[in-house]
Amino acid sequence: MHTKTLTELSLGLRSGAFSSVELTQTFLQRISQHQDLNAYITVTEELALQQALAADVRLANGTADCLTGIPIAQKDIFCTLDVKTTCGSKMLDNFIAPYNATVVEKLNQSGAVMLGKLNMDEFAMGSSNETSYYGAVKNPWNITTVPGGSSGGSAAAVAARLAVCATGTDTGGSIRQPAALCGITGLKPTYGRVSRYGMIAYASSLDQGGPMTRSAEDAAIVLQTMAGFDAKDSTSVDLPVPNYSAELNNSLAGLKIGLPKEFFSDGLNSDVAAVLATAIDEYRKLGAEIIDISMPNLKLAIPAYYVIAPAECSANLSRFDGVRYGYRCENPKDLTDLYTRSRGEGFGKEVKRRILMGTYALSTGYYDAYYLKAQKIRRLISDDFKNALAKVDVIMGPVTPTTAFGIGEKMDDPIEMYLSDIYTIAINLAGVPAMSIPAGFVAGMPVGLQLIGSYFAEDRLLNIAHQYQQVTDWHQQTPNGFE
Amino acid sequence: MSLTADEVNKIAHLARLGIDKQDITSYTKDLSGMLDLMTRMSELNTDDVEPMAHPMDQSQRLRADVVAEPNNREKFQAIAPQVEAGLYLVPKVIE
Repeated sequence: MHTKTLTELSLGLRSGAFSSVELTQTFLQRISQHQDLNAYITVTEELALQQALAADVRLANGTADCLTGIPIAQKDIFCTLDVKTTCGSKMLDNFIAPYNATVVEKLNQSGAVMLGKLNMDEFAMGSSNETSYYGAVKNPWNITTVPGGSSGGSAAAVAARLAVCATGTDTGGSIRQPAALCGITGLKPTYGRVSRYGMIAYASSLDQGGPMTRSAEDAAIVLQTMAGFDAKDSTSVDLPVPNYSAELNNSLAGLKIGLPKEFFSDGLNSDVAAVLATAIDEYRKLGAEIIDISMPNLKLAIPAYYVIAPAECSANLSRFDGVRYGYRCENPKDLTDLYTRSRGEGFGKEVKRRILMGTYALSTGYYDAYYLKAQKIRRLISDDFKNALAKVDVIMGPVTPTTAFGIGEKMDDPIEMYLSDIYTIAINLAGVPAMSIPAGFVAGMPVGLQLIGSYFAEDRLLNIAHQYQQVTDWHQQTPNGFE
Repeated sequence: MSLTADEVNKIAHLARLGIDKQDITSYTKDLSGMLDLMTRMSELNTDDVEPMAHPMDQSQRLRADVVAEPNNREKFQAIAPQVEAGLYLVPKVIE
């Protein structure tokens, strides 16, 4: 059962071929069998079986929708009522969320079954899942390599079939990069499309939740439930949600694909480039026209991001003070000691690095040189996307410069790790939607193709991804040992 | 651009963030590396560019001034490190 797609399983549940309880038990058993991947922080077995029983009632009485009875898993950044929500941090190791994130609420209402909470980089800061307090996640394609991050547990779980689909969040590539490295489909929606309420904040002007699935067809179903206006999120955008499955089968004849030369220059591994060239050729065969474009300001995306994201993080994470919830140090001698030691002991090294960077960039005398300058560059990068997307329907390129790197390989050099996000970060600065879809392999490791669209054009992106998945089978591959 | 250990200690104090003494050197090196990366921003003239704080350039939405949040006091207090009689406890502030 676990090899089937969400769409197939949904049909199976509704036809009565198997029950949600049976399906849920299959996945719970797989999770326990593959604990060594370390994809889950918390498995909510009892809750899952309760939800599965309730789903079977809905399936029997005809009130089920596409996700009813489907076993899914939540990135541990989403607050789940009465369930431990850690954000991958010692700071929240004892945090039982007092409410549900809107995304969790919506998925619960659709009747999806939550198997548990997925491992992630601490506070979503990382590109390898190695900054998690709960240890590194292993890539199911080669357990000596990283799954990517920060939604590394989500990507590994979906690739290893330890959940039918998962939620992720993407601040600088945290859905797309792990999706690429684990050979699954990941979609970062337009900023404001999916509610951030109850999604623990890292950099609020960049964070966006989205689906991580086996296929674009599945992503359309999950996004349908996740998306929509939410009064509880002040930056949620009040626009109608289209039917994401309706446009999947549209022809791509005449589609204009832009290839930015900056995405295909030095730094891109030549084997990865060859895989991408083959994928682009496939689009040509589907009737697309390929247009070379230039986005000259992309090269400044990393420096701008590493000012803006840490600045926002230093403000957001000031709430963790050891007073109202989360970790508190032993025997504080005064209030300053309480704050300083609780934060010093509760946060890991990468989180501290970014809080320090952000505090510096926002401090008196440096604000203009760093923060304001970065915001101006953000405007120029955003204009690059607007100009390009006025000429073409979609921008394509790599997601990562290489396939998955080894566990421990880049941990001693944070700058090197930051540079691996070169193709994903600019998209968050602009706020446009983007996907990673499986496009092939290099030496047995998955390669992702990135599709970038105009604001709120998720339906078009899903269509473009789905048409490719109709003529290729990269997205159907399963890592050895997880069939 | 490079920072000194004293500067890193000062930033850590501003952020109320405890840093182990033996880690100061590595934070100093990492932050200096990050600042080097950022100096690349000065390659570009941005004099006439409007700063962008938010992808949608939208203004803050208003809502009717009515009670919207449920009272979750018990639930919130249950996850606090130290409470007494409905109050959050911290070390003595005023002597």
